[in-house]
Amino acid sequence: MNNLSFLLPEILVVILGFGVLTIDFFIPKNKKWSLPYIAILALTGIFIFNLIFLWGKSDELYGGILRIDGYSLFFKSAFLILGAALIASSVDYVNKNLSNPGEYYAILIFTVLAMMLLSSSGELLTAYIAVETLSFGLYVLVAFDRYNIKSNEAGTKYIILGALSSAILLFGISQIYGLLGTTQFNEMAEVLRSNNSINPGLLLGFLFLIAGLGFKVASVPFHMWAPDVYEGAPTPITAHLAVGSKAAIFVLIIRFFVTGMMPLMIDLQIILVIIAALTMTVGNLMALVQTNIKRLLAYSSIGHAGYLILGLAALVSINQEGGMTLAFISNTNLVVNGIILHTIAYGISNLAAFLSISIIYKKTGNENIKDLAGASKASPFLSMVFAASIFSLAGLPIFAGFISKFYLFTAASVQGLIWLVAIAIFASLMSLYYYLKVLKYMYIEKSEIDNKIDLSPIAFVVLSILFIAMIFIGIYPSPLMDAIQHATYALTMVN
Amino acid sequence: MNTFESWLLLIIIMIPLIGAAVFIFMPKDREEMIQWSATILGLITMVLSIYCFAAYNHNDGGFQFANSWIWLDLPSNPIIGQQAIQLNLGIDGISAPMIMLTGIVMFTGVLASRSISDRPKEFFVLFFLLISGVFGVFASLDLFFLFFFYELSVLPMYLLIGIWGSSTDFKTFIRTKEYGAMKLMLYLVAGSVLIWISILAIFAESGLGTFLIPALSEIDFNTTFQLIIFPLVALGFGILAGLWPFHTWSPDGHVAAPTAVSMVHAGVLMKLGAYGIIRVGMFLLPEGAEQWAPVLLGLGTVNVIYGALSALGQRDLKYVIGYSSVSHMGYVLMGIATLNVIGLSGAVLQMFSHGIMTALFFVVVGVIYERTHTRDIGVLEGIAKKMGWVAVLFVIAGLTSLGLPGLSGFVAELLVFIGLFQTYPILGMLGIIGAGITAIYILRLVAKVFFGKLNEDIWNNMVDSKFSKQADSNYWERVSSVVLAITILVVGLFPFPFIKVIDTGVTEILAAMAGSL
Repeated sequence: MNNLSFLLPEILVVILGFGVLTIDFFIPKNKKWSLPYIAILALTGIFIFNLIFLWGKSDELYGGILRIDGYSLFFKSAFLILGAALIASSVDYVNKNLSNPGEYYAILIFTVLAMMLLSSSGELLTAYIAVETLSFGLYVLVAFDRYNIKSNEAGTKYIILGALSSAILLFGISQIYGLLGTTQFNEMAEVLRSNNSINPGLLLGFLFLIAGLGFKVASVPFHMWAPDVYEGAPTPITAHLAVGSKAAIFVLIIRFFVTGMMPLMIDLQIILVIIAALTMTVGNLMALVQTNIKRLLAYSSIGHAGYLILGLAALVSINQEGGMTLAFISNTNLVVNGIILHTIAYGISNLAAFLSISIIYKKTGNENIKDLAGASKASPFLSMVFAASIFSLAGLPIFAGFISKFYLFTAASVQGLIWLVAIAIFASLMSLYYYLKVLKYMYIEKSEIDNKIDLSPIAFVVLSILFIAMIFIGIYPSPLMDAIQHATYALTMVN
Repeated sequence: MNTFESWLLLIIIMIPLIGAAVFIFMPKDREEMIQWSATILGLITMVLSIYCFAAYNHNDGGFQFANSWIWLDLPSNPIIGQQAIQLNLGIDGISAPMIMLTGIVMFTGVLASRSISDRPKEFFVLFFLLISGVFGVFASLDLFFLFFFYELSVLPMYLLIGIWGSSTDFKTFIRTKEYGAMKLMLYLVAGSVLIWISILAIFAESGLGTFLIPALSEIDFNTTFQLIIFPLVALGFGILAGLWPFHTWSPDGHVAAPTAVSMVHAGVLMKLGAYGIIRVGMFLLPEGAEQWAPVLLGLGTVNVIYGALSALGQRDLKYVIGYSSVSHMGYVLMGIATLNVIGLSGAVLQMFSHGIMTALFFVVVGVIYERTHTRDIGVLEGIAKKMGWVAVLFVIAGLTSLGLPGLSGFVAELLVFIGLFQTYPILGMLGIIGAGITAIYILRLVAKVFFGKLNEDIWNNMVDSKFSKQADSNYWERVSSVVLAITILVVGLFPFPFIKVIDTGVTEILAAMAGSL
């Protein structure tokens, strides 16, 4: 019972969530603008508390259901900051388009809680519950713009397909439990290592599991929902879907694969390779023909999920027979570092992109790429940040996206997947075309937006922070890499 | 080596980069301030880069001004130990002239851009980013940073061409600047895709866990690997160098680009491709280079002839120069593929000479276009009477281009031809024929456009009202083009110091090749 105190950050987030609901209930309407600021401050506070409180601690709760280690510390902190950033980038949008801000922010905070749980869960059912908590929050948030027919459609689509995928996920888990007798990652690894032959039923279970999780991260062929939902959802929630929920699921998958499935990874590699190749090419190809900017970014983020899955496929190398030697672990470290770095770089760039378009389109009302025309005159700062995020997503230096892609691809080619890396690099060449198209409308086409775009102070602050972060990681990734390295060691040293 | 010299290369790279960052925060309406600070930074960089070349000790050879900084640690590995990505800078006899070339073209490019009135602040930010990337590629001794800076120089191209460029419209032949920009960008990134793949393959194959070029060059990669990877490297960098049949981005892109960007692009960026073939292709994969050299040589020959013939058929002044670049880069590729000291030295000198010459071409053509808003050879006639300076400088560039003795082009091409006759005499003949065609299109152009009969009515219609009194190049453009012309003369008349430096670099590369074969 003593180590329940390790859950203090989570408990504080729950209290904050209910606190926001309660405050929303009592304060007068004209004071409601203060809600998001309270939430941002509190989340930042919890972030600092979390860092100080859990620094260097390592433990497992309830017999390994939840793990407190460097990995979960890193991502809990990251998600708390992400939550604050999402709330900050929602402020303008919520004030203009949505009613009931209290519920909106509270549900957002609960999804942050779910992401934190995902980063520390060391067992499949706990992970499942966390995934569901996250998804339920998102179902509501996607449909939050209730008088907007697109938002409603998106919500309906998302909940039906989401429920189906959850069922598949749960079926996979039950299959695995039936055959291995455990759902804990560590114990699974032990059982798998002692079994010499692989049960086909077990493989089926893992396939279902991959399909269920693949749906949540919008990997091809489970991606169909993504563009519609991304388009219909309120823009800050689209950012949440593209960044937060995707990153959280990847965080879970990395821990699950590295600590639980390593002995089986060789057999699963071919499946992951196929999914990665499909996701990269289909995502980027489909993005070429989009005219709606949110759909374009939806497909682009499908493509980016493909790069991350490429990393997952490269967790082991084909010539890695039998036991894990230290040299192989150091290569696995390289890959895990790469996945984490790319997740972060992609997350920051995408947040900046979505925040920029939500501000620009607040002005124009439409969400087509050609409505961007003249944005560079209407607000040079905003377009600079947007252009930087585009360059970062396209993987050009001096921005974060370059080093993260390079690192990830290097890691994968060290593991012998150079030809898959070649596909990824060609896919990112394709992506350059549609990214440049966006730039063209912003900077070259004649003006559609006739007057200036006014940035609210909070939007300005968030954009500046994201801009600086993109460049800082791009030219000096060393400090971030040290932190990531620390998180990775927490995973790989368990084995 | 003193502290200043060990930091010199980093300083040269950082001046434009920091300059770009500072420009972002300058007030938009203070154009004068931005132009002056750009000019001063350009001058400082040029002086430093010339110092770099002058202080390079050709008796010692090897990589000088070298220094390295650890940038990013990789996970420690029990077999190969702790490795890191390092920022490792240094120049040898091949990159020293390239650094100087970049410095000169940067300064003259800034001078030629002083007349830009549309969003000058953004222009200089992007232009300086581009320059910083180019310096970085020539100075990096590390594959990661070589690629990093290469991509950095590609990044601003789309906006530079798309915003400040100009479209070509001959009714039957329309090329918008967006088209040129997109084409150039996609070709360059397609090249970088191949380079990226080969860098990763080299990294993975070596098993050293490092991107350092000197360390990687010690390794004998197996023959099959070299045979597969060298064409990737040569093609990736070759696209950038205008290798036929992947040269088509170059005329379209150069024509669409604004003057300073054309100067840097044709003058320096294409050299970056040739440099990459030498530094990555030949140095790391000598066997592959040996085996594939005849192919490269053949394509280079096609470049020379095909580029010259295409230039012959152009109506747009800038397209003529664009195709002449393709043709001249052919000499560079041929020189590289001879794989002997003379040919390779000639190739490197040709890179330098062509960089300066083409920059000079673009300055003067930029002036003509700004004054008359046309580049149509059919319309422009006898403009030497109105634009004396422009005519003289164009003729100097033209004579360099066709290889007149006493100018830099002659020395370079002569060396390439001597190198060729040692190995492939027939292709050497074809190269000389190419030089002959160059003489035809240049002299024809000069005769008509500059020294034809001036029709005052057409001229008055054509010329921009702002310039009707004084159509000749202004003070800044004169300084810019005279600096370039003087460089051409100096190299042409006193080539020996240049060749001595280049020789050290070339000899080492070829010795490394011979050692590993």
